[in-house]
Amino acid sequence: MLSRDQVLHVARLARLELSEDELERMAGELSGVLGHIEKIGELGDLEGVPPTSHVVAVENALRADEPRPCLPREVALASAPDPVAGGFRVPSPGAAPV
Amino acid sequence: MSELLDLTAAQAAEAVHAGSVDPGDLWAAYRERALADDLNAFSWVSGDVSPPEVERNAPLAGVPVAVKDLFCTEGIPSQAGSRILEGYRPPYTATAVERLVSAGAPLLAKTHQDEFAMGSSTENCAFGPVLNPWDRSRVPGGSSGGSAAAVASGAAPWAIGTDTGGSIRQPAALCGIVGLKPTYGAVSRYGMIAFASSLDQAGPLTRDVTDSALLFGAMVGQDPCDSTSLAFPEPVGLPSATDLRGLRLGVPEELSGEGIEAGVLATFRESLDLARDLGADIVDIRLPHAPHALAAYYLIAPAEASANLARFDGVRYGLREEAGDLLSMYTRTRATGFGPEVKRRIMLGTYALSSGYYDAYYGRAQKVRTKIAEDFTAAWEVCDFMVSPTSPGVAFELGAKTDDPWAMYLNDYCTVPIPLAGLPAISIPNGLADGLPTGFQIAGPAFSENRILEAAHALEQAIGFDGSPARGGVR
Repeated sequence: MLSRDQVLHVARLARLELSEDELERMAGELSGVLGHIEKIGELGDLEGVPPTSHVVAVENALRADEPRPCLPREVALASAPDPVAGGFRVPSPGAAPV
Repeated sequence: MSELLDLTAAQAAEAVHAGSVDPGDLWAAYRERALADDLNAFSWVSGDVSPPEVERNAPLAGVPVAVKDLFCTEGIPSQAGSRILEGYRPPYTATAVERLVSAGAPLLAKTHQDEFAMGSSTENCAFGPVLNPWDRSRVPGGSSGGSAAAVASGAAPWAIGTDTGGSIRQPAALCGIVGLKPTYGAVSRYGMIAFASSLDQAGPLTRDVTDSALLFGAMVGQDPCDSTSLAFPEPVGLPSATDLRGLRLGVPEELSGEGIEAGVLATFRESLDLARDLGADIVDIRLPHAPHALAAYYLIAPAEASANLARFDGVRYGLREEAGDLLSMYTRTRATGFGPEVKRRIMLGTYALSSGYYDAYYGRAQKVRTKIAEDFTAAWEVCDFMVSPTSPGVAFELGAKTDDPWAMYLNDYCTVPIPLAGLPAISIPNGLADGLPTGFQIAGPAFSENRILEAAHALEQAIGFDGSPARGGVR
């Protein structure tokens, strides 16, 4: 069972604010799902099996590095919640999180 | 008007080519029908009374298409079923949609889906659940549930969706239509709002196999904007096979016994008998690692999702919850904008990737993924295709599985091994169990879509299922 502190730690890494109710439910649900997932431990030793991160064996996809037109700035900014002076405005980072 | 709506998309295209149907009438009939939809299938329906200019001789001949919400469409809401993208209108269009439009299929509507394609019932849509046209108290499957319900109810001639762990095939099965999940890389992912990038693949949801081939053929192709896309090695043909002579269909015991509802298993066995009558050899195969595919999938997909969804931070687009400092703005925006299942998967994925757990979870899942791919490679030595039920059960009641995430995930049991190996598979209607549609899944080696479509066509003719809920599946 995941502890409340573990859930809080993961939520902090994931940049998610969780309410007290959510915290409690998430601990139970994640523990339940992990209980099923841990069955892959039954497969025994997989030492030496190469991991698959991607099924397509593409080494590199290169193109010529040539300037070409891109989205106009005002179009790229059109959906932004707070565009200012041709950029995206955000609140101050403030003090470093503890 | 109603006769127009009864035509399959390929029949409608043929009628337009022959000059007996006007694309403008087709557009008007479908727009009227889509606006009258009462299944909550659509997130947006075109406001254009007359259709965009269509070249009559274009391959898709003006037969309009419905597109899953998560495909970016320029100036048209593209919300991926999420509050965090409510009202978002992208500045560009996804390559797959662009290809369909230039092949002559104008954009009729966008369809509802599980939020960021995470779900198997479309109940995780922030804009309300989609209903199954066969029984409105039941789910249409998911995550491409809006596309499946729209096609099954006749509100769209055809549609596209995306499949990460089964999100095209499972809703197609639960709604009694055809769903094709292509080989990874066959269709460009450019402009698809990403869920799990090593698995996501776009494909058609259609009334029959011929429509599937026609729509698929217009979507494929390498795209400089998606470096993982690949050139399809041959033209996509329209299927015509009426027998299965010389084909070996492999039935894995891992996906055709335990955990499958009795009614679904009975229709599957009946179709195996039909396949045998059509000349196929039915052979027993083993996919020893398939029972572990679900666990591997529910580590890999959430891990990739946790990274992909980091982009929703209230800065460049979508929702922002104001706060005094940057970190609080991020965490509050994401808390308000994401629904419960998306939060669950982000948490699961972040946990699986976090320091101290990476090797035991994500790293191990990637190795299991290798073993699953090797199982299929070994299977192709003894059979041409793997066949199984598409979904372990028929459409379930709304709310039946929302309180138990793992019960919901089990819907993907038969579909997840295939995308983990990057392979193509189709689901075709397989008759009814308890009055509800079931699906027959055919998977093959990479880029075997033409052969899969031919086999599916032969079996479809033999099964003789009518996809219209109004006619109860009887042809």
